[in-house]
Amino acid sequence: MVTNKLLRSAGVLTAMALALTACGGAKVGDAQQKPAPSGKVCGTVNLTVSPWVGYEANAAVVAYVATKDLGCKVVKKNLKEEIAWQGFSTGEIDVNLENWGHEDLKKKYITDQKVAVEAGPTGNKGVIGWYLPPWLAAAHPELTDWKTLNKNAAMFKTSESGGKGQLLDGDPSFVTNDEALVKNLKLDYKVVYAGSETALIQAFRDAEKNKKPVIGYFYEPQWFFNELKLVKVNLPPYKAGCDAVPEKVACDYPAYALDKIVSKKFADSGSPAYDLVKNFSWTNDDQNQVAKYIAEDKLSPDAAAQKWVEANRSKVDAWLGK
Amino acid sequence: MASITGSVEIRVRKPRRTVIAGVLVVGWVAAWFVLRGIDTLAIGGQETTALHRWLTAHRDFLGNGNAFFDAIRIAVEHLVILLQNVLSQPAYGRPVPVVGWLGVVAIAAYLAWAFGNWKVALLAAAGLTFVGLQGLWQESMDTLSLTIAAVALSLLVGIPLGIWAGLSNRAFKVATLILDLMQTLPTFVYLAPLTLFFAIGPAAATIATLIYAAPPVVRLTAHAIRSVPAESVEAARSLGSTGGQTLFKVLLPMSRSTVVVGINQTIMAALSMVTVAALIDAPGLGQTVLKALQTLDVGVAFNAGLAIVVIAIVLDRVTTAAGDRPWRTASVRRRVLLGVGGVAVLVAVWFSRTYLWAAEFPTDVGVGSRIAVTASDVTTWVQDVFGGFTYGVRDAVTEGLLNPLEGLLTESPWWLVTVVIVALAAVLGSWRGAVPAAVCLGLLVATGVWHDSMVTLASTLLATVVVVAVGIVLGVWTGRNQRADSWLRPVLDAGQTMPPFVYLVPFLALFGTSRFTAIAAAVVFAVPVTTKIVADGIRAVPVATVEAANSVGSSSWQVISKVQLPVARRAITLAVNQGLIYVLSMVVVGGLVGAGALGYDVAAGFAQSELYGKGLAAGLAIVLLGVMLDRITQAAARRTRKFS
Repeated sequence: MVTNKLLRSAGVLTAMALALTACGGAKVGDAQQKPAPSGKVCGTVNLTVSPWVGYEANAAVVAYVATKDLGCKVVKKNLKEEIAWQGFSTGEIDVNLENWGHEDLKKKYITDQKVAVEAGPTGNKGVIGWYLPPWLAAAHPELTDWKTLNKNAAMFKTSESGGKGQLLDGDPSFVTNDEALVKNLKLDYKVVYAGSETALIQAFRDAEKNKKPVIGYFYEPQWFFNELKLVKVNLPPYKAGCDAVPEKVACDYPAYALDKIVSKKFADSGSPAYDLVKNFSWTNDDQNQVAKYIAEDKLSPDAAAQKWVEANRSKVDAWLGK
Repeated sequence: MASITGSVEIRVRKPRRTVIAGVLVVGWVAAWFVLRGIDTLAIGGQETTALHRWLTAHRDFLGNGNAFFDAIRIAVEHLVILLQNVLSQPAYGRPVPVVGWLGVVAIAAYLAWAFGNWKVALLAAAGLTFVGLQGLWQESMDTLSLTIAAVALSLLVGIPLGIWAGLSNRAFKVATLILDLMQTLPTFVYLAPLTLFFAIGPAAATIATLIYAAPPVVRLTAHAIRSVPAESVEAARSLGSTGGQTLFKVLLPMSRSTVVVGINQTIMAALSMVTVAALIDAPGLGQTVLKALQTLDVGVAFNAGLAIVVIAIVLDRVTTAAGDRPWRTASVRRRVLLGVGGVAVLVAVWFSRTYLWAAEFPTDVGVGSRIAVTASDVTTWVQDVFGGFTYGVRDAVTEGLLNPLEGLLTESPWWLVTVVIVALAAVLGSWRGAVPAAVCLGLLVATGVWHDSMVTLASTLLATVVVVAVGIVLGVWTGRNQRADSWLRPVLDAGQTMPPFVYLVPFLALFGTSRFTAIAAAVVFAVPVTTKIVADGIRAVPVATVEAANSVGSSSWQVISKVQLPVARRAITLAVNQGLIYVLSMVVVGGLVGAGALGYDVAAGFAQSELYGKGLAAGLAIVLLGVMLDRITQAAARRTRKFS
C-alpha cells in the first residue's frame, strides 16, 4: 500500500511539473505549411507501389517531380501487382510505373475491360535467368555454361533436393519455366521453391560469405546487385517463339522491356501528371543509383529522389517537356 | 462390480488398439516398397488442373457493386477513419490528430487504472511512451486504430455467437466447422478477393483481420459456457431462474476468466495480422516491417516488430487485469480519485491539442535506431556462431524423421494413403474419426494438389507433435508456478505477435531455405497459444482437488499426471486443436522460406493471376487437412476418455 501511495503522489508531481514546464512551448498550428505553388491544375494521382526497391525508386522520383514541379497530390498505395491491376477497374489506382510483362493481365484489363492503357516503356530492361554467386563463378568459370551443370550436380545437393542438384527457385511473383527447363535440358536437378525474394537473397548472401555452392533463379535490375554481382548462367539462347508451349521450353528467358500502365480515366483526364508519366524514362543504372540510396544509404524515398533529381536536372526537364 | 469390468476392459482394449495401428503402419511401409511411385498425383509448380483454371476464370464473379458489401465497407471505413483521425492522422483541418501523444498516453493509463489496476496503468503509460521513443508513434497509432476497430467488431460478433454455440449443441458443431475454416484458410487466399468486395484500404484490411481474429473469442466463449458444471446450472434452475437469468447470473460470471482468455487471443491474432494486412495497404507498423524486409534490414524490421509486441503486451495485461477485477461498486474514495484522474486526463488532452511538444512525439531521441543496430548485430553474431551447428541439426532431423515420413506419404499411391489413414482413424476414433477422414481425403484428391498436400501434411504432423509436447510442458509449468508464468508470458506474447516476417531472415540464415526452417517458424508461432490454454486449464483445476492429492503424499509428478492433466483434459484437447490450427495457419509463411508445397502454391496464386485457382485449391486443401486432423484427434480423445 505504501508503494501504491508513493507512486500516486509521484504521478501527481510529474503531472504538475509537466504543466509548469509546458506553458512556454510552441503551439499547434503556429507554422502552417503553405500549399505548394501550382501552375496547371494537377489534382490527385493514385500511384501503386509494388513491393520491390527498384519500383520504389521509380515511384520516388516520379512522385517527387509531380509534387514539386507540377503541384500534384500523389497518394502512394503499397500493393501487390495483381491487386494494383484490379485497382484500375475499381478506380483506386491511376498509375503503375514498372510492369513486368503480365500479358494475361494486359488482356484482361486493357483489351477486355478497357479500364487501363499502356503508357510506354520505362527504359529499364528486365533480365530473368539462373545465377551463381561471384566466388563460385570465379572458382569454376565453366559453370556459366549450362552444359557443365550435370557434371557438377553433386556439388549442389542439399537436404531438400532428394539426392539431385538443387536449383533454387521461386519468388512467387515471377513466372518460372524452370521445371520444364530442367526436364527438357535433361538436367539432374530438382527445383526447390525458396518461396520469396528474401529467401533467395539470403541464400546468395550466405553462399558468398561461407563459400557454399548455390545456383538459383534471379533477375535484374535489382538493388542486391549493388551488394553482390551475381553471374548469369548461359542457357540455350532465347529465340522468338521458343517459349510458346510452356511444357516444351528449352531456352533462356526473354528480355523484358519494362513498361508503364495507367488507368483509362487518368489518361483521358488531361492532367499534366499523365504527360510526366508518359515521358518518364531512364536507364538501369539510374534506377540502381536511386535504389542504392534507398536500400543501402537508408535515405527516405523522397530524400533519395531529391538527391538524384538535383544531379540529373536535364533528364527531368526532358520528361516535363521543358 | 461395474468398475472392475471397466478396468478389465481398459487392459484388454488399449493394447489391442495400439497393436492394430502398429500393424497398419508396418503394412503400409511394406506396401510402399512395392508400390512406390505409382499414382502419386504429382503436378509441377506451374501446372494446373481443369478445376484450377475454372476457379481462376470465375474469380471476379462475386464482387463488383454489391449494395450489401458497400454498406459494410462504408460503415467499417468510417469507424477506422474516425479512430485514425483521433489517434494518428492529421484531421479536421489541423496538422495533428485530434488527440496528441500526451493525451493518448493519459487516456490509456486512466482507462487501464479505472478498469484494471494502477500497475497496468503504469505499464500502459510506459509501453506507449516506449513505442513513441522508438520513433514509431504515428505508425503505432495507425496499427492501434485498425486493431481496435477489428477487435471491437470481432467481440461484437464473436461473443454472442460464442454464447449461442455454448448453449446449443447443434450451433456448436456448425460453429466449429466454420471457425476451422476461418482460422486455417490462408489469408492470402481471400486477401485479393476481399479488395474486390471492400476496395483497397482500411476496410478490407479490417475485415481480413476480423475473419482471422474472431474465431478464438467464439471458441473460448463456447468452451467456457460448456465447462460450467452442470450442478451449478441445475441449482440455478431449481431455484426458479429463467433461461436469461441463468445465463447472466450463472453461466457468464462463471465463464468470465476463460472468455477473457478468448478476448486476449483475439487481440493477439489481430496484431499478428498487421503485417499481412499491410499487403493490401493497411496503414501502420506492418508497412514498416515489409519495407524493411525488401532490403533484408532485420534491425528496422525488428524495431517495428517490437512495437507490435509492446502494444500486444499492454493490451493483453490491461484486458487480463480488467477481467480479474471483482465486480463491485466503487468506494467514495475511489470515486473521488477517479474524478480527479479524469480531470487530469482532460488537462493532458488539452495540452496535446494546444502545444506542439505534446501533440507530436519528439523525433530526436533515436532509441529506435539504436534498437535496430543492436538487433542487426545480435543477428549477425548468432548466425556466425551457431551457423554450422544449426545446419547439422536441420540435416539430422530432415534425414532422420521428415524425409522418411514425407516419402511414405508422397510416394505411396493416393488410394493406399487414403485406405491406411481412414483405417487408422477408425481404429483410433471409430466411425467419428473414419467418416470425416474419408470425406476430407476424397476432397483432397479433387483439389488436384494431392501431392503437395502430402508434403505439407508431413511437415505439419512433425511441427504439431513438437508444439504439443513443448506446449504441455510449458503449460503445466506456468500453470503451477505463478512466477514462471509472469516471466514466460512476455516471451510467449512476443512469439505470437512478433510478425514471422521479422524472424524469417535470421531463421533463413541459420537453417537455409528448407522445410525445417518452416517447421521452426511454425513452432515459434504455435507454442504460445498451446501453452496459454494448457496453463489456463491447469489453473482451473479446483484447489481442493490438488490439496487432497498433496495431503495423501502424492509427489509433484503424481499430482500432475494423475490429477491435473486428467482434470484439465478438455483444455488440453482444445490446446492440441489450436496448436494444430496455428501450425496450419503458418503453412503459407513456411512456403516463403522453402517449404514449397501448399504454402508456395497459395503465395504464387496470390501473386500470379493465372495461378489464382491453384492457390485457392491449395488454400482449401490446407483447410481440409486441418478439419481431418482435428476430427481424428477429437474422436480419438473421446474414445480414450470413454475407456479411462
